[in-house]
This record gives sequence, structure tokens and C-alpha cells, in this order.
Amino acid sequence: MTEHDRNAAAYWSANLRLIVGSLIVWALVSYGGGILFRPLLAGISVGGTDLGFWFAQQGSILTFIALIFFYAWRMNKLDKEFGLHEE
Amino acid sequence: MSQFAINLIFVGGSFALYIAIAIWARAGSTKEFYVAGGGVNPVMNGMATAADWMSAASFISMAGLIAAGGYANSTFLMGWTGGYVLLAMLLAPYLRKFGKFTVPEFIGDRFYSKNARLVAVACLIIASVTYVIGQMTGAGVAFSRFLEVESDTGLIIAAVIVFLYAVMGGMKGITYTQVAQYVVLIIAYTIPAVFISLQLTGNPLPPLGLFSEHTASGMPLLQKLDLVVRDLGFTDYTADVSNKLNMVLFTLSLMIGTAGLPHVIIRFFTVPKVSDARWSAGWALVFIALLYLTAPAVASMARLNLLNTIYPAGPTADAIQYAERPDWIKNWEQTGLIKFDDKNSDGRIQLYNDKSESFKQTATERGWNGNELTVNNDILVLANPEIANLPGWVIGLIAAGGLAAALSTAAGLLLAISSAVSHDLIKGSINPQISEKGELRAARISMAVAIVVATWLGMNPPGFAAQTVALAFGIAAASIFPALMMGIFSKRVNNKGAIAGMLAGLIATVTYIFLYLGFLFIPGTNMFDNVQANWLFGISPLSFGAVGAMINFIVAFAVSSATEQPPQHIQELVESVRYPKGAGAATDH
Repeated sequence: MTEHDRNAAAYWSANLRLIVGSLIVWALVSYGGGILFRPLLAGISVGGTDLGFWFAQQGSILTFIALIFFYAWRMNKLDKEFGLHEE
Repeated sequence: MSQFAINLIFVGGSFALYIAIAIWARAGSTKEFYVAGGGVNPVMNGMATAADWMSAASFISMAGLIAAGGYANSTFLMGWTGGYVLLAMLLAPYLRKFGKFTVPEFIGDRFYSKNARLVAVACLIIASVTYVIGQMTGAGVAFSRFLEVESDTGLIIAAVIVFLYAVMGGMKGITYTQVAQYVVLIIAYTIPAVFISLQLTGNPLPPLGLFSEHTASGMPLLQKLDLVVRDLGFTDYTADVSNKLNMVLFTLSLMIGTAGLPHVIIRFFTVPKVSDARWSAGWALVFIALLYLTAPAVASMARLNLLNTIYPAGPTADAIQYAERPDWIKNWEQTGLIKFDDKNSDGRIQLYNDKSESFKQTATERGWNGNELTVNNDILVLANPEIANLPGWVIGLIAAGGLAAALSTAAGLLLAISSAVSHDLIKGSINPQISEKGELRAARISMAVAIVVATWLGMNPPGFAAQTVALAFGIAAASIFPALMMGIFSKRVNNKGAIAGMLAGLIATVTYIFLYLGFLFIPGTNMFDNVQANWLFGISPLSFGAVGAMINFIVAFAVSSATEQPPQHIQELVESVRYPKGAGAATDH
């Protein structure tokens, strides 16, 4: 394995870690907060209803936006750190 | 000025703008026709993607669906936005790095197989054609209601406009008209919502108004709505859902389907760099969220407004007299989207849930003899300004916005279809020697043919039109998304595995849908009644796309591991799409 290959492999596994972490949050807010855990969150009230309802109709969308921008920012930085960015 | 004249000014004005863009943005090369020259600014592309994605279904139907289903239909909100996270992290940057023109082209190259490419073309065409029918009928409805022309005439006007900018400008013309259409549709959607939110809650921001106090009753808005619908025998608006598995799978199917829709994916081929593709997905979701955060507010407020109109003194008092119904009900009765049937002949409009067993007794005590007002979900957004007594120009704006949503999505779908025909079928298979000029001409002709076919289907919608959206998402989820993802994230999946996986996912999904909804949706040919008791593990046919995707993944990996490794140059191709620059420079092989 050359230096070049090792660099590329490290970049790819950093990308995979970032994707897995982001998708865990992605699943937690939508499938978790918005659907499966809603009964558990029933005690926390938000404007006339509960937190699960908020996640399903607003919270997950806001989290999705934050996730994509976070991912884009981190990856574009990684591109540069590994010297793999486009000129 | 009459309402008709106002509508004409708004719709005519927006159309004039689209035509001006068409003349300005003509395509001179196949690169301009397929990917707008590859130089679109990422924020602009985000806006164009938002218009491309938000169809007549998002603009016209979604709020109505949520209004009717309450919490249970939050699936559409999460499903149609969560797909962008998958797109941003799992597909868009790598496909942009690949740097070619169509989705089947990647599948054909990565799985070194003409057959894989043809399977992808077939999936793309079925998914996109079923989707485009809905856009054309949506445009027809908007025309017939707001411009007092026959819906067929309206459709032809819409087709001519799309023809002008899509055939002349290809992706370049479509991109810049979609930017303009986004601006029109988002203004049209949010302005009435702001007014209604102010009227009901005093809060000018609808997403905050949704969780605020209902001024008239001093109660939180959602609590008030729960009370009103409960008094009429409906399920609570915020009530939880018992079949959670199905809700999860339906949301997942919508997410995977969204990420696998070719007309959305190809938008990311138009930005200059890989890093731009990542930013662009974020911007797309920001612009989409402006509508998707407004929609649930519109849904709950419009439902409350509607019930207040029918029961001015509250749901426990008498309903209004039919003779005294407001003008907007009269207007929409003419379109057949609101129907009244005075079942107990008391001259009043009783709107309630006559399917609820526990409510039967109350209904009988009140002398009600069945629900008397049928309101089509689709009119909620379109009639919103009238229900809330907003000025005439807001109604004109809604007309222009609904048309912008339908036309922008139709154009994106038509481009995906025509590029699959001219680039994947003609250049990729039938006549590889075709010149650049010849291919551009072929692209324009395929676009023109696609528009004619879509218009004809819009005028003669097959009876199953409404159900085909499930088919489009099911196919995208079960065939296209897994093939693309495995092509990028696995070097081991080979041509045999990919083709077997795509076919298995596709056949399983289509079969499951047909078992419950009928073969080719023909009534009476279904094996089982489409009710929860008959569903496999309680999974509805609409939610099966996610299961189809899992079948695709499993079959592809199983077949691949039983057969040979992909050749060396393919493994280098996979390397090369993973790194924005250089690393495995294998694209020229």
C-alpha cells in the first residue's frame, strides 16, 4: 500500500464515520422522536400537544437541514486536509 | 377589476417571465441540454431543485392530506424531506464526481453492463411517466378553476409553455425557469398562510402560529382543534398511531424513494464541483423546508377555519343553512370538488364523521342522517384565501403558484425521460456513432414527444392516476436507490448482483402493490382487499418500497458473493467517484 493509498483510505473511513454518525441522528429525530418514542415523550408538552408531535411536524425537518450543512462543512474541510479537493 | 382579470394578470405575467427566460437560455450543446453546462451556482441549483421536487402534490395536496389525517400524515413531512439527507451523504457528491449526464449511465458504467443500463432506463421511465401524469392533471385543475377554461384547453396552454423552454433550453432553460417558479410558488404558498396565522393566532409566522394560542378561544390552537374534531366524531388531530411499523416503513419508503428519483438526482450534475453538490443539497432542503414548515400550519388552521365556517356557533350548536353558505363553497361546488347532499332534509350542512360507530348515537340524537358535505382534500390550499376572506390578488397568486409547482416538476421529469431516451437508449445502445449535433437534435425530439405523450395522458388520465404515486416511489426506492448506493459504497457488487437485485426489488414491490390494488390497478383484479387485516405484518402496499429496497440489497450481495469480483478497472472507477480529486483516475478506461 502506497502513501497515496493510505491517505485515500483514511479519508474514506473518515467519511464513512461521519455518515454513520449523521444517519444515527437522522433516524433518532424522525423514526425515534417523531414516531416510535412518541409515547415516551408524551409528558413533555409543546404548544398544546407533545414533543413527539413537534418532532414529526417540525423538529425533524430542522434537524435534517442542520445535518446536511454540518456534513457539507466537515467534508469540504476533510477534502482540503487530505489534499483531495478540486481546484 | 374582476377576479378573473386578476387571475389572468398573475398567471399571464408569470408565463411571460418563463418565456423570456426560454429565449434567453438556449442550449447550444448536449452538455448544456443535459446538465445546463455544469456551471450552475449551488444556491441557485438548490432553489431549482426545490421547484423541481415540489410538485402539484406538495403544493396542492399535501396540506389537505395532513389536515384530514392530522399527526398520522406527518409521514409526508418527514419522508419527503429526510430523503435529502440520504441524497446529500450517499449519492449526490459521488455521482457529481462521476461527471456524466444521466442516472442509467452511471449504473451501466459501474456495473459494466448494457442490460443493467436498460433496466435502469425502464425503471426511470415508468417512475417518471407515472409521476408526470399527476402534474399535468394538477395543471388542468388549476386552469379550469381559476381561468374558466376547459381543463383540456388549460393543459394545452401549459404544454406549449413547457415546450418552449424545455425543448429550446433543455436543462439550462429548465434550471432558470425553475428558479423563477420557485419564487412564484413560495410567495403564493406563504402569503395566505401568514394572513391566516395572524387571523387565528396573532402570530405572523405560521410554523410558530401552529404551536401558539388560538386567539378566539384562548386555548392552544392544536388543543382547540382536537376538541372541535372530537365533537364531530373524528379522531383527535394529534392522536398517536397504533401501527408504528407501518408508519416507520412508509416514511422510510418516501425517504428512499425521494433520494432515488432520477429527475432530482440529475439536478446535482449541474453544479461545478463536488463540494458544491454537498452545499446545494443543503440549500435545496432550506428552500423546500420553507414550504414544508408552513404546510402543517396551513393544514391545522384551514381545518379549523372550515369547521368554523360550517358550525359558526361551535360544533355542538346548529350547522349553517345551505342557502346561507359562503361564496367559496358555491365556487368550488361548480368544480365538483365540494359536494352537498341534504340527507336529513333540514336545509343545513352537517359535516361529521359518519363512519365512527361510537358517534352514531350522538348523530341520531341530533337528527343527523349521514355526512352531508364531501370536501376533496385538494381544494384546501387552493380555496384557502377564499375561506379566510383574503383579497382577490392573493387568489391570483395561488393560481400562478399552483401552476408553477406543476410545471416546474413536469419539466424536470420530462428532461429525465428525454435524456434517458436520447443519451441512454439512442447514443448508448441504438446508434453509438451519433454526432454531437445529432444527439442534441434527438434530445429535442424526445423531449417534444415526451411532452405530447404527457399531455395526452393528462387529458385521458388512466383511472389509477391517483395511486401511481405509490408506484413511482416504490420503484425508485426498490430499484434505483439501492443500485446507486451499492455502486458507490461497495466494490464487491458486480453486474450479475446488481441486475438480480434491481429486478428482485422491482418485482417484489410491484407484485405486492398489485396484490392489494389490482393488476395494473384494474379494479377487481386484486387478490386481497386493501385493509390492514390482510397486509403482511401490517405493512401497507404504499409502505413496501422500503422492504423492496432491502430485498434488492440482500439479493445483490448474495449473488455477487457467489460470483466473480468486478474487474480491476471497475474497482478503480469506484475509487475515483469516492474522492473529489484525482485519487483513482480511472474514468477514462
